[in-house]
Amino acid sequence: MRGPDSVRRRATGLLGRRALLALLTLWLVSLVVFGAVELLPGDAATTILGKEATPGRLEALRRQLHLEDGIVHRYLQWLGGVLRGDLGTSAATGSPVTELLGPRLSSSVLLVLLAAAVTVPLGVGLGVLGAVRRDRPVDHVLGVGMLVFHALPEFVVGILLVLVFATQVLHVLPAVSLLPPGDSAWAHLDVVVLPAATLVLTTFAYIGRATRAAMVDVLERDHVRLARLNGLPERQVIWGHAFPNALPAVIQVVALQFAWLSGGVVVVEFVFSFPGIGAALVEAVRNRDVQVVQAIALGTGAVYVAVNLLADVATTLATPRLRTAAAR
Amino acid sequence: MSGRGRTLAAAARLGRVRLGLALVVLVVLVAVVGPLVAPHDPDAFVAPPSSGPASGAALGADVLGRDVLSRFLSGGRAILAMSVLATVAGVGAGAAAGIAAAIRGGWIDELVMRTADVLLAIPQVVLVLLGVAALGPQLWLIVLLVALANAPRVARVARGTALEIAQRDFVRAAEAAGESSLRIATHEVLPSAADALLVEFGLRLTVSIALVASVGFLGFGLQPPASDWGLMINENRLAITAQPWSVVLPVVAVGVLTVGVNLVTDGLSRAAAGLDRAGRA
Repeated sequence: MRGPDSVRRRATGLLGRRALLALLTLWLVSLVVFGAVELLPGDAATTILGKEATPGRLEALRRQLHLEDGIVHRYLQWLGGVLRGDLGTSAATGSPVTELLGPRLSSSVLLVLLAAAVTVPLGVGLGVLGAVRRDRPVDHVLGVGMLVFHALPEFVVGILLVLVFATQVLHVLPAVSLLPPGDSAWAHLDVVVLPAATLVLTTFAYIGRATRAAMVDVLERDHVRLARLNGLPERQVIWGHAFPNALPAVIQVVALQFAWLSGGVVVVEFVFSFPGIGAALVEAVRNRDVQVVQAIALGTGAVYVAVNLLADVATTLATPRLRTAAAR
Repeated sequence: MSGRGRTLAAAARLGRVRLGLALVVLVVLVAVVGPLVAPHDPDAFVAPPSSGPASGAALGADVLGRDVLSRFLSGGRAILAMSVLATVAGVGAGAAAGIAAAIRGGWIDELVMRTADVLLAIPQVVLVLLGVAALGPQLWLIVLLVALANAPRVARVARGTALEIAQRDFVRAAEAAGESSLRIATHEVLPSAADALLVEFGLRLTVSIALVASVGFLGFGLQPPASDWGLMINENRLAITAQPWSVVLPVVAVGVLTVGVNLVTDGLSRAAAGLDRAGRA
C-alpha cells in the first residue's frame, strides 16, 4: 500500500484539492472586486463623470457600464469578458483596458522580477548567515537592521533613496521614471534601479527573518549535529544538510513576499512616477475609472493565488515527509 | 494576569524595547503637543512658495507658502488616531473570529478561514484603494478598510493559538463542567492567548501606520488644506530639491514611528517566547 505509486497518487490528490481551493478563492475575489463597485452610492455614471456631465454622456456611460441590467447579469457579463480576455473599456480614456494596461504590465513585471531576483538571494543569504552566527555580533546587527527595514513603509524608503541618489547628495540616478510615450521600461533600465532598490529594501528583511528562524531550528536537529561531528566541512553541513530542511519554510515565505511585491509596486510606482500598473491603479482610483480598478485588483488577486499554489507545489516537492504525512 | 505582567516586565529589560519606546514617545509627543506649540497657523501663508529657512519661517515654506514647521507639528494627530483605531478594530474583530473558529469549529471555522483567504488574496493597499474607488476618500472608510486588511492575519494567529490552548487541561475541564463556549472563549482561552494577541497588536500597528500614511501619501487620506504628514509629502515631493524639509520631516517621523513600534513588538515577542519556554520546562 505504501508503494511509490500510491504516494504519488495521494500527492496529486492533495495538490488537486489545493488547486480547486485556489479557484474557489479566485472566484470569491472576483465577487469582492465586482461588489466593491456596486457600493457606489447613487448613480455610478454621475459619480464618475461629475454633476456637470451632459445627459448624453451620462446615458452613454450608463449603457457602457450596463447599468440598466440587473446586478447578477452585469456580474456574469463582466466575468465572461474577463475569461475571454476582455477587461472592459476605461471610462476615463475611452480605450480598452487591455490596451491601456498592456505596456504598463510589462514594465511592472520587469520591476517585480528584478526586485525578486535581488531580494530572495539577499534575504536567504542574510538569514542563513544570522542563523550560523547565532547570538554573535553579526547576528545582532543583522537582527536590528532587518527589524528596521521590515518596519519602514515603501514610500519612506523610496523618498530617502531619492534624497540620497537623485537630488540632495548624489545625482547618479533619475528621481522620476519618465519614459518616452509607448516605450517600455525594458528599454530604459536606469529608471528601474531606484524603484527596484526600494522594493528590495522593503522585502528582504521579512525573508531574512523567516529564513533565520527556520535555519536556527534545523541546525539544532540531530542529523545536522551528526554531520558536524563526522567532520564534514561547515559549508557542506549548512547548504547540504541543514538548508534543504529549511527550504519548505523558505519557499512559503518567498511566495508570500512575492505576492506582497504586487501590492508594494502600487506605492513605489507612485513615488517614482514609474509607468506601471501600480501607478495606473492610483490614477484610476482618482478618476473613479472602475473598469481599470477592477481589472488591476482582480489581477493582483490572481497573482497572489497563483504564486501561493506554485509555492504549495514546490513545498510538496521539497518535503517527501509532507507528501506521505498529508496522505495519511 | 500575572503572566502578562511578567511578559511586560521581561520585555522592558531589553535594550531594543527601550530604544523603540523612546522613538515612539518622541513621535507621539510631536504629534500630540506639536499643534499647541506651532509658531504659525498651519494654513496661514507666511513666505514665498517653497522658500528656504527665513526669519519668519524657521524651516521655510511649503509649496503654497505655508510654514513647514507649523504644518509638520500639526500633521501627526490624524495618522496616529486612525492607525490606532484601525488596529484596535482589526485585532478585535480578527481575534473574535479566530477564537470563535477554533472553539466552535465546523461551518463557522470554514467560513472564517475562507473569508480570511479571500481578503488575504488582495494586497492590503489594493483592498483599501478598491474601497476608496467606490466611496471616495473618507477617513472612517480608510480606518474600516485598514482594519479589514488587518483582521484576517489576526484571525489566523488567534485561531492557531486558541486551538493549541483548547487542548490544555483547564479548558477541557471547563468544557466537561458544561461551561458555555462564549464563557470558555472569554474566561479560559482569551487570557491565555493575551501574549500572542499583544504581539499581534504590535505587528498590526506597524502595518496600520504604514498603510494609513501611504494612503495619505497617495492623496486619498485627509484632503487639502488639512495638515497631515502623508498629504504633506504628496504636496511637496516635486519641490524636494528646493525645499527638502517639507518632505524629510514627515518621512522621517513616519519612519521613526514604524521602526519604534516594531522594535517594541519584537521585544514583546521575545519576552513572551522566553516565558513560554521557561513555563514548559
